[in-house]
Amino acid sequence: MVKIVEKRQLTPITKLYRVYAPLIAKAARAGQFVIVRVREGGERIPLTITDYDRDSGLLTIVVQEVGATTRRLGELQQGEEILDMVGPLGEAPDIPSGGHIVGVGGGYGSAALLCLMRELKDRGENTTIIMGAREKDLLILSDELNEICDHVEICTDDGSAGFKGFVTERLQQMIDGGPPGPPDYVIAIGPMAMMRAVEKTTRAAGIANAASLDPLMIDGTGMCGGCRVTVGGETRFACVDGPFFDAHEVDFDEAVSRSKMYVKQEQKAAACQRSAAGAA
Amino acid sequence: MPVKRADKTPMPVREANLRAHDFEEVNEGYCFAHAMFEAERCLRCQDPVCIDGCPVRVPIADFMHAVAAGDMPKAAELLRTANPLAAICGRVCPQEAQCEANCHMTKRFGPVAIGHLERYVSDWEMEQPINDEVAKPWRDEKIAIVGSGPSGLVCAGELARMGYTVTVFEALHAPGGVLRYGIPEFRLPNSILDWEIQSLERLGVEFVNNVIIGKTLKLEQLFGEMGYKAIFIGTGAGLPKFMGIPGESLNGVYSANEFLTRINLMQAFDFPRSETPLSVGKRVAVIGSGNTAMDAVRSALRLGAEHAMVVYRRSENEMTARIEEYEHAIEEGVEFHWLTNPIEVLGEDGWVTGLKCLRMELGEPDESGRARPVPIEGSEFIFPVDNVVLSIGTRPNPLLHKATPELKTHSWGGLLVDERQVETTVHRVYAGGDAVTGAATVILAAGAGKRAAEAIHADLSVDREKSATN
Ligand SMILES: Cc1cc2nc3c(=O)[nH]c(=O)nc-3n(C[C@H](O)[C@H](O)[C@H](O)COP(=O)(O)OP(=O)(O)OC[C@H]3O[C@@H](n4cnc5c(N)ncnc54)[C@H](O)[C@@H]3O)c2cc1C
Ligand code: FES
Repeated sequence: MVKIVEKRQLTPITKLYRVYAPLIAKAARAGQFVIVRVREGGERIPLTITDYDRDSGLLTIVVQEVGATTRRLGELQQGEEILDMVGPLGEAPDIPSGGHIVGVGGGYGSAALLCLMRELKDRGENTTIIMGAREKDLLILSDELNEICDHVEICTDDGSAGFKGFVTERLQQMIDGGPPGPPDYVIAIGPMAMMRAVEKTTRAAGIANAASLDPLMIDGTGMCGGCRVTVGGETRFACVDGPFFDAHEVDFDEAVSRSKMYVKQEQKAAACQRSAAGAA
Repeated sequence: MPVKRADKTPMPVREANLRAHDFEEVNEGYCFAHAMFEAERCLRCQDPVCIDGCPVRVPIADFMHAVAAGDMPKAAELLRTANPLAAICGRVCPQEAQCEANCHMTKRFGPVAIGHLERYVSDWEMEQPINDEVAKPWRDEKIAIVGSGPSGLVCAGELARMGYTVTVFEALHAPGGVLRYGIPEFRLPNSILDWEIQSLERLGVEFVNNVIIGKTLKLEQLFGEMGYKAIFIGTGAGLPKFMGIPGESLNGVYSANEFLTRINLMQAFDFPRSETPLSVGKRVAVIGSGNTAMDAVRSALRLGAEHAMVVYRRSENEMTARIEEYEHAIEEGVEFHWLTNPIEVLGEDGWVTGLKCLRMELGEPDESGRARPVPIEGSEFIFPVDNVVLSIGTRPNPLLHKATPELKTHSWGGLLVDERQVETTVHRVYAGGDAVTGAATVILAAGAGKRAAEAIHADLSVDREKSATN
């Protein structure tokens, strides 16, 4: 059981939790993730570690409500407990020093980039984050990221804040020499479709690109193989070999297809959850 | 008919067409009369060779005497002293290849049902009132157990009985290892495992779930700031092998580990009340022929598959599953395709649609001494299937030794241990079970846990004396 010390609503469907998980906070490194379970008989889902504080033992996670489990998690309040949390899992990414490092975050992805970008800044790198959302109100943690990164580039689909258009269009402008300058290394975290689009953009420009994959997972230790992804023609387990992979080598078609494996069942579970809630 | 010439008393089982649709236990267990009769069949051999067949040397002859005399407390005591997981082993040991293989009755009338009696006596024991006082450790040393499979459970129990403070760290959210996530309830009900774990808790053993040693905590931390004096590694051989054939990452293809974990650990059979989805279509092919394959194929049947098939490149004779599971699978309607080698998983729109196979024939013996299956030319054909479950073996998980380079392994991943078969290449770090041997059996893991506990006690006693004289 992991206690929720603080809960913040970032957008109508995105919540930030600070939880007391001293062992995980102590061992965590930027880019790693945890797996949580919210109820008996519930799924185990991976969530990126947004931040950690070794001294206080607090771990920050950001949850976007997309399925039955994330919705249930989103209902939990400050003072309540998360049933199970295990981690830190996966490996911290190995990002080469020097040059201009650009993080691209879509949806919860900007939160997932937070401590990674801070670590890079502490290392003395020149950092930019491009964060995208449909509209202004869906942007998350831009103030925090503003403090950490040298440049924060905001993109909204409707132009309600920052650049009007997709993160990839903004990225392309930078590649073409627009401020704050062309990237030497790109890290993408967010929806699969976004990471794939980012990869297309960086590939054309010959820029190194890491992507953080979050396939369906169970154990997070290499035991089930459910998280397998094809990278450079080889089967890799995202939970132990990842979550970061060379985006140019990732078979995104397969990854996207696998991530949709249970769409039908998820709708059924959600309907069941709603009717249970209605009955209560 | 004289008892000594009677056939082996059959295990009462639930009817095949009923049980093939639920996850209730298949075997119903002997009643008192069955047990008394069966124990009477034992010939009381002067030289009870059955014991040589038992990896933990249960004193089977004395045990049979006790059962035949109706002295269940004594029978239970004999059993538990030698095998702390008797209720489990009575259900899952391959007795036909161990104790019962050696029984002098085997050839003519069928062996004495040692396994069924082991189960009977342990089930009797579980029904007895328990003293729910929690024991207090009386020694100073703390011991950490990594992994809560049978090796870890037995090691923990033995050390707790010797007075040590024992903590078991488990990566998953529930303890038990393969007994929890792998073996389905129709063979091993969770209540049996829970009973064993509660008995350990009463011995003072502490269980900490959701901790991955090597990730959440390092071995150095266990020894250093946390003050453990010895560590036992019973992390099993949980890493699934894939075949490396095209189409393995299509939706609807599972490793047996994932398939079974979703069902056993995460109650996918209760979907949507449990929120664990699982795709089980009308036609499910399970590749492999071990216990894991039988568990997967019979689970598929129970989840509604109309054709639950085992596909195996060798023949029935090379099958490695327990004979009882094979027989039960046949009764339940599982289809077996021997000498059939899958070479490709076919798909459409990202989902499995078929399994392309070659027919095989048996050739000369291979390195394992078993006849090598060779493909019959031009025999390619396609099974239309909705799911493929790969059950072609597992190997030890490298996670912990990757985080602890001093922990040396064989090239295939098994942990290296000393001549006593217990201590690893790191001082006061012991290991046993599948992590050392590769995928094996519950009883071998249990035996290794016991052996390690004895070694830990011996070594710590030396350490204690040394520090007393210093
Ligand atoms: C489906 C299936 C059916 C089987 N049927 C039979 C049968 O009928 N009869 C039989 O005798 N044998 C059977 N076996 C084999 C038997 O279950 C194993 O040999 C036995 O469980 C091995 O025990 P173990 O203690 O070595 O490890 P396991 O049971 O594998 O347990 C290891 C535990 O350690 C945990 N762990 C791993 N790494 C870490 C870490 N770094 N930190 C913390 N925890 C960790 C794992 O999560 C797991 O819970 C079967 C196996 C399977 C998979
Ligand atoms: S989540 Fe099971 S192997 Fe990666």
